[in-house]
Amino acid sequence: MSENHLDMLEESVSKPALLRSGLVLMVAGLLWFGSIPALAQGQSAGAPTQQDVEAAAVPSADAVPATQGDAGGIPTSDEAISAGAALFKNNCQQCHAIEQVVVGPALKNIHTRRPVEWTAAFIRNSQKLIQSGDAYAVNLYNQYNKTQMPSFNFNDEEIMSLLAYIKAESDSPTGTGTNQASPGQGGEGVAPAESAATPGYITAILVVLGIVLVLVLVVLVLVLAVLRRYLNQRTDLDAADREIIDRRMSFRSVVSSKPFLFLVIFIFTAVVFKNVIDGLYQIGVQQGYAPTQPIAFSHKLHAGTYQIDCNYCHTGAYKAKSANIPSVNICMNCHNSIGTDRPEIKKLYAAVENNQPIQWVRIHNLPDLAYFNHAQHTSVGGIECQTCHGPIQEMEVVYQYSKLTMGWCINCHRDTEVKTEGNDYYDKLVQLHNEAEAGGKLRVKDIGGMECSRCHY
Amino acid sequence: MMGFGIAAVSLAACEAPVKYAIPYLNKPVDVDPSVPNYYASTYASGGDYCSIVVKTREGRPIKIEGNQYSTITQGGTSAEVQASVLSLYDSERLRFPITKDGKEVSWEALDKTVINSLRQSRNLRVISNTLLSPSTKAVIQEFVSTYGGEHIMYDPASSFALTEAHRENFGQAAVPSYDFSRADVIVSFGADFLGTWLSPVEFSKQYSKTRKIGAAKKNMSRHYQFESVMTVTGANADYRSPIRPSEEGMAVTALYNLIAGGNTTSVNTSAQAGNIQYLRKAAADLQKARGRSLVVSSSNDVAVQRMVNAINQALGNYGATIDINTPAYYRQGDDRRMAQFVQEAAKGSIEAVVFYDCNPVYDYAGGMALGKALEENRIRTKISTAQQLDETAVLCDFVAPDHNYLESWNDYEPKRGHFSLSQPVIRPIFNTRQAQESFLLWTSGTASPYLTYLQNRWQSGQFGQQSQIGNFQQFWDTALYTGIFVPGQPLDLTIGAGGRDEQIEGGPSTAQLPAGGAVATTGTRTPAASADTARVASAPVTTAPNALYRGSADSDARLIAGSYKSNPDQLELVMYQKVGLGVGRQANNPWLQELPDPITKATWDNYLSIPIDLATEWGIDGELTEGRSRKARLKVGNSPEIEVPVLIQPGQASGTVGLALGYGRMSAGKVAKGVGVNAYPLLPVVNGVTYYSVQQGVSVELTSDRYSIAQTQTHQTYMGRETILQDATLAEYQVNPKAGRFEPKIATAHGPKDPDSISLWDGHIYPNHHWAMAIDLNSCTGCSACTIACNVENNIPVVGKAEVLNRRDMHWMRIDRYYSSRSAVEGKEDLEKASANPEVTFQPMLCQHCNNAPCETVCPVAATTHSTEGINQMAYSRCIGTRYCANNCPYKVRRFNWFKYHDNEQFAGVNPQMNDELGKMVLNPDVTVRARGIMEKCTFCVQRIQVGKLQAKRDGRRPADGEIVTACASACPTDAITFGDLNDENSRIRQLMESESEGRAYSVLKEIGTRPNVYYLTKIRNKDLEETTA
Repeated sequence: MSENHLDMLEESVSKPALLRSGLVLMVAGLLWFGSIPALAQGQSAGAPTQQDVEAAAVPSADAVPATQGDAGGIPTSDEAISAGAALFKNNCQQCHAIEQVVVGPALKNIHTRRPVEWTAAFIRNSQKLIQSGDAYAVNLYNQYNKTQMPSFNFNDEEIMSLLAYIKAESDSPTGTGTNQASPGQGGEGVAPAESAATPGYITAILVVLGIVLVLVLVVLVLVLAVLRRYLNQRTDLDAADREIIDRRMSFRSVVSSKPFLFLVIFIFTAVVFKNVIDGLYQIGVQQGYAPTQPIAFSHKLHAGTYQIDCNYCHTGAYKAKSANIPSVNICMNCHNSIGTDRPEIKKLYAAVENNQPIQWVRIHNLPDLAYFNHAQHTSVGGIECQTCHGPIQEMEVVYQYSKLTMGWCINCHRDTEVKTEGNDYYDKLVQLHNEAEAGGKLRVKDIGGMECSRCHY
Repeated sequence: MMGFGIAAVSLAACEAPVKYAIPYLNKPVDVDPSVPNYYASTYASGGDYCSIVVKTREGRPIKIEGNQYSTITQGGTSAEVQASVLSLYDSERLRFPITKDGKEVSWEALDKTVINSLRQSRNLRVISNTLLSPSTKAVIQEFVSTYGGEHIMYDPASSFALTEAHRENFGQAAVPSYDFSRADVIVSFGADFLGTWLSPVEFSKQYSKTRKIGAAKKNMSRHYQFESVMTVTGANADYRSPIRPSEEGMAVTALYNLIAGGNTTSVNTSAQAGNIQYLRKAAADLQKARGRSLVVSSSNDVAVQRMVNAINQALGNYGATIDINTPAYYRQGDDRRMAQFVQEAAKGSIEAVVFYDCNPVYDYAGGMALGKALEENRIRTKISTAQQLDETAVLCDFVAPDHNYLESWNDYEPKRGHFSLSQPVIRPIFNTRQAQESFLLWTSGTASPYLTYLQNRWQSGQFGQQSQIGNFQQFWDTALYTGIFVPGQPLDLTIGAGGRDEQIEGGPSTAQLPAGGAVATTGTRTPAASADTARVASAPVTTAPNALYRGSADSDARLIAGSYKSNPDQLELVMYQKVGLGVGRQANNPWLQELPDPITKATWDNYLSIPIDLATEWGIDGELTEGRSRKARLKVGNSPEIEVPVLIQPGQASGTVGLALGYGRMSAGKVAKGVGVNAYPLLPVVNGVTYYSVQQGVSVELTSDRYSIAQTQTHQTYMGRETILQDATLAEYQVNPKAGRFEPKIATAHGPKDPDSISLWDGHIYPNHHWAMAIDLNSCTGCSACTIACNVENNIPVVGKAEVLNRRDMHWMRIDRYYSSRSAVEGKEDLEKASANPEVTFQPMLCQHCNNAPCETVCPVAATTHSTEGINQMAYSRCIGTRYCANNCPYKVRRFNWFKYHDNEQFAGVNPQMNDELGKMVLNPDVTVRARGIMEKCTFCVQRIQVGKLQAKRDGRRPADGEIVTACASACPTDAITFGDLNDENSRIRQLMESESEGRAYSVLKEIGTRPNVYYLTKIRNKDLEETTA
């Protein structure tokens, strides 16, 4: 504290005002600082869930121990097993699981229980076998409420690969079931926009800044006290100066001061403005929308517990623009014999009897101006359903998991790598991309995925 | 904070209303929502025929494409065919059977009453237009023979004389099969074979094969047209000579005399031969091309048609370009029997009549007399099967509404031995019943499905005409899949049950085949190609006269000389059809009403077309510009006077006026109501035969009433701007492939430079695809199928006459028509005027997808940008409607939505496909319906490109050439539009551009450096060199 400073202080008419405004600034800073963690939290909501999903989707094929024993010529090669897995997923999984009974019996160790020829004949035409009087088949048929197994026209190779898969699964100690999340997908690249939380260093800077401001405030208060005490000891002050020194800082004068009012109004306006803008961005965004459906259908039960493939009900998911809400006849494939006495299931029968389709409430409402094609993303892009629809296998009531805003779409297009392997369509593009940027990943944005008329026409 | 709270609550309240997703109860196996299905079928309207493939979405037909398998139309379509899908969703179709006072009646009650009254009636008549369906004819025959009566066919556009002349000369009352593709010299007397005559899609396909030229083929056919009004065909002719209807007979005789040598007949025609321009030249060319030429006429005078037969006979064209052994059934109407029917009806000697799919009160020359007879109940039982309450149906006791053709089963035999099937592509929308089933029921008293009848006939008939398939069901399925069956030609057995669906999923992928080329990708057998090779094999054409011919040219000549007198002082009236509306069956179709006539560019009207000299005489030639018109009183003989606006038509024969048929519908629906005047009552009937021109007693009197004709193009010429339109003659082209090309240069400090060599911009890189289009001006006939196809595919609104007058038409694809003349002009003003008989060029104009697009640089919100595939893309949701882009577009192809055209009462009358629930069914669900205040334009059918790419990606391959085509290219009956990927070395567009970039290919307005992705190939006219300066 030098004399020089003191003079300045003396000369300044508005020094109390200066002090006051310093205080106000500090308060404002604290307010702002306080709001940061809240914001950050808001933005990162849902990120842990995403990680859970990825953790849950542990690839199962790797876990299969390579057994050498040859059981009835069932191949053990990885190709056969993966071919079998694909067949199983597309054809069998709706009614069969390895470990437990779904519609049909559990298939664990079917290769040891029945001869291969018998299994093949049963798959190809179970009714023929039953009618031929095969005791095991007839017994099986009666045991499972005389539910007919559809005929599958597989060739020998396909049946062997199917058995290879079942054998591998049966031998597998974990027996993770059949949820074939393709390995490697979604691990990288497909990070949803929400998980982009505020970086840690910014938080640190803000904390340090807050501490510094508090310290400055403390120092200023101390300085003020010291100065006042010093001036009080002086006797050569005229009345006017004395008045300044004696003036007590009243709460009222602080509140009514212009800078304070300005700041209050400014902050208020800023907060309101920000919220309005944020609110406007939320118009039409129905994230979390979980309407009550006419039938309390549980995805947790069907997709989670029973692991019915999405494609079984949503027939268009891999081949069409729309994934399709299943028609009642698809429900009836199983529910003509399962849960026939439950009230929710009876609604299905009512629909059939009244010839009235079920009016499901639409959850995902993309605006008409945006064209979205499921096939492009699932069958070409190899994106998992869960990437956009969230942990659907855990949802008792389905809700809109993603924002479905353009920003959300674009962010994914920016980051996602194009699934080019094994697709001749991309050969030239990959080559050109490698020439231009050696080693750089070919992302959707690099093949025009950010252009307007990919989605708007 | 409270403000924020209120804001948050109010915003939360903005949540979208609850929407429902209603799946099928029982999903049909082969219908997947959002995946289109394609079904082969047949369009037949009267005798007009086209084999088609119908695209359906969720069981709704939304688009019609040509059927590549067809041996007749070969994948081509026309404007009427393209538009017909909307007629299915016409909300003014009858929804149930009705009685005379319009009351609903049950089918049972109707059938009971009808059968009872038919039993009590004698002299039953079934009236219809030409029927191409053998099974339908059989059904009607059974019906008629049960009750005792007659089945009479008539045609609004009659070719009775043509069939009659062939009956007299060859003993076969049918139209012969013409093959324009084999003709090196084509002479047409008034026959608009590219627009409306008989089978324009088929003829356009054939004709275009003779008009395509390139590095490998530097020859083309020569086409002479002698006609009174300017038709599309005349506009495409190399030599066009305007003649009066009264000169036509003698012109044909003179041509015969010139060809047969001297005055072969006793009639002296030297005056005509001298007076009629190009007649001698045509004769000389025909003589050089014996057996490789074709003379056709649309005259409905039997003597003239016999004379035309004599000419073709003398030239040895029978057996070469005309196949009398394969008769075509396009026109079977018998004018004389129809005239007799009207007389009998008026006398009251007929007690029952059924009008099957026809509307004679409106579209028959004697319709008024018939209407009077019906009104006065001269016929006791009157039944109509009309789909709408048309002019005839309102006068009937019962209307038993028929299905639309897209809801029906049927078979067709457009030519002997060429069968095609039509199948329902949607469940009947209303409580209608296929008329054939009505006939079957009325015949036997018990209901039986027509499908069974059809299949039984095919099982006993067509099934036995092939030996490839032993199982009838399989044979039927195969025929149904391809849509056609031609005995003797192998069926495509690669089609299993549902086996080929995947291949055509992305649209009729084989659309637009190269002429004579095979499609390697899908392995589709192309009948077009095999027909071509067959043609090459049978190279030496026989020019021997047909032995069957029995005729006397001399007596015909004398007959003609007796009936055709020179008529220089009197005005003559010609009734013609317009390309869009035809005979007026689809008058309630707004797409066709708003389709600009290819020649006059007028929409929503018919008018009296007058020659320039008449306008000069009246002193109104300066006044009738920019769509301004005056009304005139037209009086023909004793018929009542009508008021009709006049329009100056360059090329109209002096001393004639023209009026289009098909307008002036009184009872067709809200779209057609009050549009134009009805010209049918003016058609003269002489000895029972309907004529389409009036030579005597026509008077036209100009009134002072002003009128506006809504034209989409009001300038006549390209005003010497060769940078827009480039043309040359064949002789010039043969010497220099760049003949006619105008190559602008830009002056720089380093001397004049090619505009493409200097640019402000860095250019774009197209790593993946580079979409481009080439339009062959030589092949484009102006038929406008592309315009309608574009409308259907892209949900383009119809705006109505008032808005067209405001220059607010919305067509993304317009066809500019330019008149040009090789005669010298005196001043700059003369450049703007069309000459009395100009040359015509059609230039389809759409977004040029410029590589340096002027529109992109001025958009303040970046709503229009360039894609990495060469497409100038338009994001509607981003557009704020400044219209800077439209102002900066040198091609003027951008369209602004001045109004909300959907769900807007103001446009409900003209734009039903966006305003009533039924009409909306036709909208393409993959394309946005645009809002008010935004700009739109051609997108190169990006939705089709995306679908094609997706299919290729799913299959793990590159898209094959021809798999992805725009709607316009796929609709084109002449393959004038080539669309494809310039980055694909095997694509036709790449190969075409490689061979033509130093030849005929040019960019419009090249000097401004926009570098369009749409190229044009110069128009080449097959004229002799000396003619170029005449």
